[in-house]
Amino acid sequence: MSDKLLDIKDLHVIYETEDDTVRAVNGINLKIGKGETLGLVGETGAGKTTTALSIMGLLPIGAGKILSGEIIIENRDILKFTEAEMRHIRGEKISIIFQDPMTSLNPVLTVGEQIAEVLELHKDLDKNGIQKRVDEMFELVGIPAQRKHEYPHQFSGGMKQRIVIAMALACDPELLIADEPTTALDVTIQAQVLDMMDELKQRLNTSMILITHDLGIVAQTCDKVAIMYAGEIVEYGTLEEIFEGENHHPYTVGLFGSIPSLTKETKRLSPILGLMPDPADLPKGCKFHPRCPKCIEKCKIEEPKDVVNGTHIIKCHLYNINNFK
Amino acid sequence: MSEIITKQDTTVKQYKKKNQLAEIWKRLKKSKTAMMGLIIISIFILLAVFADIIADYDLAITQNPSIRLQGPSTQHFLGTDTYGRDIFARIIHGARYSLMIGFVTTILSVGIGGIFGAIAGYYGGRIDNGIMRVMDTIMAIPPILLALSIVASLGPGLRNLLIAMTISSVPSFTRVIRAVIMSVVGQDFVEAARACGTTDRRIILRHILPNAMGPIIVQATMSVSSMIISAAALSFLGMGIQPPAPEWGAMLADSREFMRYYPYLVIIPGVAIVLASLSLNILGDGLRDALDPRLKN
Repeated sequence: MSDKLLDIKDLHVIYETEDDTVRAVNGINLKIGKGETLGLVGETGAGKTTTALSIMGLLPIGAGKILSGEIIIENRDILKFTEAEMRHIRGEKISIIFQDPMTSLNPVLTVGEQIAEVLELHKDLDKNGIQKRVDEMFELVGIPAQRKHEYPHQFSGGMKQRIVIAMALACDPELLIADEPTTALDVTIQAQVLDMMDELKQRLNTSMILITHDLGIVAQTCDKVAIMYAGEIVEYGTLEEIFEGENHHPYTVGLFGSIPSLTKETKRLSPILGLMPDPADLPKGCKFHPRCPKCIEKCKIEEPKDVVNGTHIIKCHLYNINNFK
Repeated sequence: MSEIITKQDTTVKQYKKKNQLAEIWKRLKKSKTAMMGLIIISIFILLAVFADIIADYDLAITQNPSIRLQGPSTQHFLGTDTYGRDIFARIIHGARYSLMIGFVTTILSVGIGGIFGAIAGYYGGRIDNGIMRVMDTIMAIPPILLALSIVASLGPGLRNLLIAMTISSVPSFTRVIRAVIMSVVGQDFVEAARACGTTDRRIILRHILPNAMGPIIVQATMSVSSMIISAAALSFLGMGIQPPAPEWGAMLADSREFMRYYPYLVIIPGVAIVLASLSLNILGDGLRDALDPRLKN
């Protein structure tokens, strides 16, 4: 698509505890263009949220550590930024929407005050300007501006998530990270919130990283998809390549096998057997090999390399330059 | 156009401010016990403020042996003590000392303990350890003993009493506030605020402390009452307010020899101490319920 906004190169993140070192993210590469939506899919514990927190520079202090890699935004590596510089990036250039709208709003401030706070921090506006912008944001997410004087508990879950979105978008960020934005909502509200996010994204030309484990949501909103497993991106491609393409990583096949299809009739779903490996003790070779139905000897010894075909990347020994087209 | 907007904005703001206070007041009014506490403590405060108008300070300190140990009468509302001083005058002038000591030491210790507690709770790790170990050391000494030894080394007097009581109560405040802060720090909205680029100071002051206000207010009101009691205890031991100044604890100490034959001498200051601290306790309880917007319906 257009020029790239965010470029993550070979990012390694670990969590250090007293007796274990948890390797949460192991060398991922990601690129996001302006106005693009990337779906980051994977099981619980695959490192999706860790990736998001690394971009925000919000890894838990003391435990989370970025070992190596670069996160480049507008030609600058934000991993080298000081805390004060990062504060300028947060909320202004990159915003994040957390999973649970019920707890991500401060219960003792009115919702209007909370949106105004982001603006006070980043925009050079006077009081009236801020209030005007707050009103605009409320209209944007479809909530009457008069309700800005109410407290979070006076709103329903879907409305709270809209307010959180309004907060995230208040400073026109260039990148919006949505960390499972609809997990805590029921299905009808999910659809509303997703539609709204999609519409706003188009209108404001914001790039977005959508973290989810719901492939349906990915199909509905994303341009690119990255499938994560045990801290690695095992498959990356455009929406068509992942959902319609012929060649897939066995893990992706497993993920699709785990959801019921409307067209094919199956008696039983075919879930992926086994559990995610302990990130403190990852298997040698391909990290997926203990659970992989197509595992060969090579998988147990040697770590596979990325096989690239245009925009489609698969990290698996089954594919090489000759058979992956 | 801009004029219209400004006008609108100010009206909205005033409406909101008034609304909030009015609502807290409305919720506080619902609790009968809290209102009772408020009324009693207000009477004490009014008596203390207007003490000079109600009864001359001379009545409270001038010794007049000819009228000593008289029971309640029209002239001496609550009777006279062993030196012939009017007890009512001593109680209301004593309220000045007692309430002042209670409030000032509480405000000082909430302030100091709040700063240390917030820093320890928010940053954790080594900073937390450093602050809390110092507090533990102070806490290891019984508060009354600590206050006693501080007063003993600095010399008795109002200022030294305030210093001693503040030092001995700072650790418990630090502990309470740290615990409350820690329970709030882990919540998502703090992370969300950080993700918006908010500074640490602002997060602590604007996001964490208001959420921690409930327990702090309760602790503070309760502390005013316990401060009144320990000030009384120190004065009783002769380490607080010096005679002839009227102070409730000192009044108890003065009259303890006569308590068998003239029990009202100890009952009256005792009741004053109990009423003041009890009313503050129940007011604190009611305030906690009223201030917490999460309990709003």
